[in-house]
Amino acid sequence: MPKDVRDTARQAVFTRRAAIASLGAMGLFGTVFWRLYGLQVQQGAEFGILAEENRVNLRLLVPQRGRIIDRFGVELAANRQNFRVLLVPEDARNEGVSNVEEALNVLSEIVELSDYRRRRALRDASRNRPFVPITVKENLDWEEFARVNINLPDLPGIVPDVGQTRYYPIGEHFAHIVGHVGRVTEEEQLDDEDPLLRLPDFRIGKLGIERELDLRLRGQAGTSQVEVNAVGRVIRELQRFEGTPGEDVVLTIDEELQRFAAAQFEGESGAASVIDVRNGDILALVSEPGFDPNLFTFGISESDWAELRDNELNPMVNKAIAGQYPPGSTFKMAVALAALEAGVMPPHETVFCNGHITLGNRDFHCWRRRGHGAMNMRNGIKNSCDIYFYEAARRLGIDRIAAMAERLGLGYPTGVPLPGERSGLVPTSGWKIATYGTSWQQGETLITGIGQGFLLTTPLQLAVMVARLATGNEVLPRLVRAAGHDVEQASTNVALPQMPLGIDPAHLAIIHDGMNAVVNEVGGTATRSAVLGEGMSMAGKTGTAQVRNISSSERESGVVRNEDLPWRLRDHALFVGFGPVEAPKYAVSVVVEHGSSGSGAAGPRARDIMQRALERDPGGRAAIGNMALFPVGGTGGGSDG
Amino acid sequence: MAESYSASNPPRRSLLSKVADLNWGLLFLVCLVATVGFAMLYSVADGNWDPWASRQMIRFAVGLAVLLVVAVVDLRVWMSLAYPAYAAALLLLVGVEVAGEIGMGAQRWLALGPINLQPSELMKIALVLALARYFHSMTLDEVSRPVRLIIPFLMILIPVALVVKQPDLGTSLLLLAGGFGIVFLAGINWWYIFGGVAAGLAAIPIGWQFLADYQKNRVLTFLSPERDPLGTGYHILQSKIAIGAGGVFGQGFMQGTQSHLNFLPEKQTDFIFTMLSEEFGLAGSMGLLSLYIAILAIGVLTALRARAHFGRLVAMGVCITLFLYVFINAAMVMGLVPVVGVPMPLVSYGGTSMMTIMFGFGLLMSVHVHRDVDVPRHAGAFW
Repeated sequence: MPKDVRDTARQAVFTRRAAIASLGAMGLFGTVFWRLYGLQVQQGAEFGILAEENRVNLRLLVPQRGRIIDRFGVELAANRQNFRVLLVPEDARNEGVSNVEEALNVLSEIVELSDYRRRRALRDASRNRPFVPITVKENLDWEEFARVNINLPDLPGIVPDVGQTRYYPIGEHFAHIVGHVGRVTEEEQLDDEDPLLRLPDFRIGKLGIERELDLRLRGQAGTSQVEVNAVGRVIRELQRFEGTPGEDVVLTIDEELQRFAAAQFEGESGAASVIDVRNGDILALVSEPGFDPNLFTFGISESDWAELRDNELNPMVNKAIAGQYPPGSTFKMAVALAALEAGVMPPHETVFCNGHITLGNRDFHCWRRRGHGAMNMRNGIKNSCDIYFYEAARRLGIDRIAAMAERLGLGYPTGVPLPGERSGLVPTSGWKIATYGTSWQQGETLITGIGQGFLLTTPLQLAVMVARLATGNEVLPRLVRAAGHDVEQASTNVALPQMPLGIDPAHLAIIHDGMNAVVNEVGGTATRSAVLGEGMSMAGKTGTAQVRNISSSERESGVVRNEDLPWRLRDHALFVGFGPVEAPKYAVSVVVEHGSSGSGAAGPRARDIMQRALERDPGGRAAIGNMALFPVGGTGGGSDG
Repeated sequence: MAESYSASNPPRRSLLSKVADLNWGLLFLVCLVATVGFAMLYSVADGNWDPWASRQMIRFAVGLAVLLVVAVVDLRVWMSLAYPAYAAALLLLVGVEVAGEIGMGAQRWLALGPINLQPSELMKIALVLALARYFHSMTLDEVSRPVRLIIPFLMILIPVALVVKQPDLGTSLLLLAGGFGIVFLAGINWWYIFGGVAAGLAAIPIGWQFLADYQKNRVLTFLSPERDPLGTGYHILQSKIAIGAGGVFGQGFMQGTQSHLNFLPEKQTDFIFTMLSEEFGLAGSMGLLSLYIAILAIGVLTALRARAHFGRLVAMGVCITLFLYVFINAAMVMGLVPVVGVPMPLVSYGGTSMMTIMFGFGLLMSVHVHRDVDVPRHAGAFW
């Protein structure tokens, strides 16, 4: 049968249109090919990089923070294992069904779990991807942690974990030196490029050595390149660079002496410093009351913070370096030495003290109303006669007093590596004009002569002063013996070169004689503070710094006794000393805020601290550095004490 | 061959001769493409036959049997089955509407015992058959008469509307384009075509309102991918990164990091072409597309060679459907068209589309085997 004629026409149209459709299809395939060429050839390299970035994730390995240890190796800041319980929600399955709540219920039968923690765990679990471990509880004790581990088979999804937490074993008496760590603030992130600071759990030094030597303690982050999938789950580790752990920092502090010195302030507010005069090592730097730095590690609670902030005794202030006090009579040695060096006051020349002198229309009183009679320099120091030092100051003028004060380390920061150190104040005539616009008055020179007026010092400065008086050397205080690799060389820098101040030893001997008399001679102002013990002795000087002005009318009617004043208005009690007298080893300074009397409140404390320092004087006992790392001698017997 | 159509009803050929007459080239290409699919599914599972590759092979084996059975069944049988098949498919589509189960957030499945039937897939075949039968009985002049066009338009638009409602944008587009493709090939007057295009453009704003939110989102994301870099746009971006990272020769079999690290969504189904592109590069992606083009060329030649108009239209209908699958899928994963759920035929994991495609190839093969069969204008009960 011939082909259907009617079919011929529609077949022709069909053929034509099939060709058109095929061409159209080829055109569309062409665009796909063109696109493939663009993506895979032209942009191939670019997308290759994007793919690699997708795939590879850089993780930081947190270095272990360096420890802070005392000169004998006692840990002042360490890293404690933090036993934690983590929960991986996707593994918390009960008969195949993921159930975080059930897992927490079972866990709470094993360790105590507060409602707050439970709620937070549930919230964290719902907010994160199911494979992300969430912290359920931290700081478990060993027993709890062991219980969790034993019961692990019944705890699907629960992961025991050991993290690192900063820990201050000795706590509050070292808080001002060691400081504490805390969360990183936004400003700190801006100042520092270290990627570690971007980690949410990372802690940074906030105070004290923790802050000042943070970079060395912190160490350097390692990195781990891991391959991750689209939801961030780690598939495997591609490469790993171990970081550098933080360096240990060895302080010059003697932990036991520090603790002993701090204990002397029970209930009082004050500061004490002990310096080894031979090398400047700060053996104790006490500021009381202290606080527990461990409170800050996980963020301090509102109530704890309020308690610290509102405490009248200012526990958060490091009074040893940031407390500025008029030195009172402890300054008299500086005046005496300045007078000797200037030659304006021959040591045996006497000044008659009848209780007061008049300058212009103003009376200047001695602390002893009836006066001391004829005073030479030695006895002036021994009796702390104000009239003698008014006269010495008058002859010197303020600027020569100031020059000596600065040579002895007053008026500028000691440079101890702690935050917040104040410089104190040593006034000069130029300073007065620059600050007040008025010229220096001679009366002001006189009261500076007895350590009052504008003069301000920190307890550490006073210890430096007395160390310099004891040795005639420019003793520079040192708080950090060594850090990191230097620990091994610690023994070699035991004997820091101490530059002589260039003061006539004969003049120093007169000062020493006076200070010896203060403590060890009948009639001295601090005979109660004599150090008793074989080969032990101390020379020193008391000081009482007025906090308020005593008006002339009050003087008429009799000065109100300190005991009758409110605490805030009582005088500060000060004492500086060195010992042993013949061959000084240690310098000590004690300030008891509102302690009323240098001889009553400060002296005995200084005596006990000095006595303990001398008792602990090792005489060959090796500090860390010559001990821990060089067990078999050979480094040339550094007996720095 | 002359004697074979000396009568209006040529003698039935033996099964053996039909089998001998199969287009072995087409069969080979189909097996080759399916093998590429097995390899990719093996790679998706990180070098495991389970869970995808093995099941896909079983399905392909079943599909191959379907293809061969369909191929040897006389075209006239298919012609007579065209309308009943369409009616059945339409009923099932309505059934999904009524009793469909929720699968992937859309009502697409109908549970018939152990089989999850997807009526929209059935409709792809049934629509081609029904339209081919309709135009087979019509002269060129009749085709362009408006009254004659009402039925085919309804035949296309009713299932499209039902599928859109499910909602399944990909399948409805395939039905729409496939259906009107056949109308075009049947010889409809060009003025209808121009008018239709104009009307279609005008209907876009109206049609927009019928789209589900996620469909609107996909279109909007396609138009400006940066508006949603972590949602739908994220998938396309990751897909482009994966394709691009493949470069010219790819990262190697089972070495595609993007795919294996799950940066790709549904990589065993809709995004398998991305994975192939990443692992085998431009060479692999163009290679696979070339295989499809070769199959399409065979299909078009088969259509042109067919004696019966029904056969021509069926063959081209299958080609159009296959082309739309391949083009939409490839264009989608490289960000040329919005994301619509269309698999890459024979390669993507999935039983239903595999059966549709293999059934379609079976029809194509049947057209080839029965290329010289004269199909009467109005098919009665042939068997």
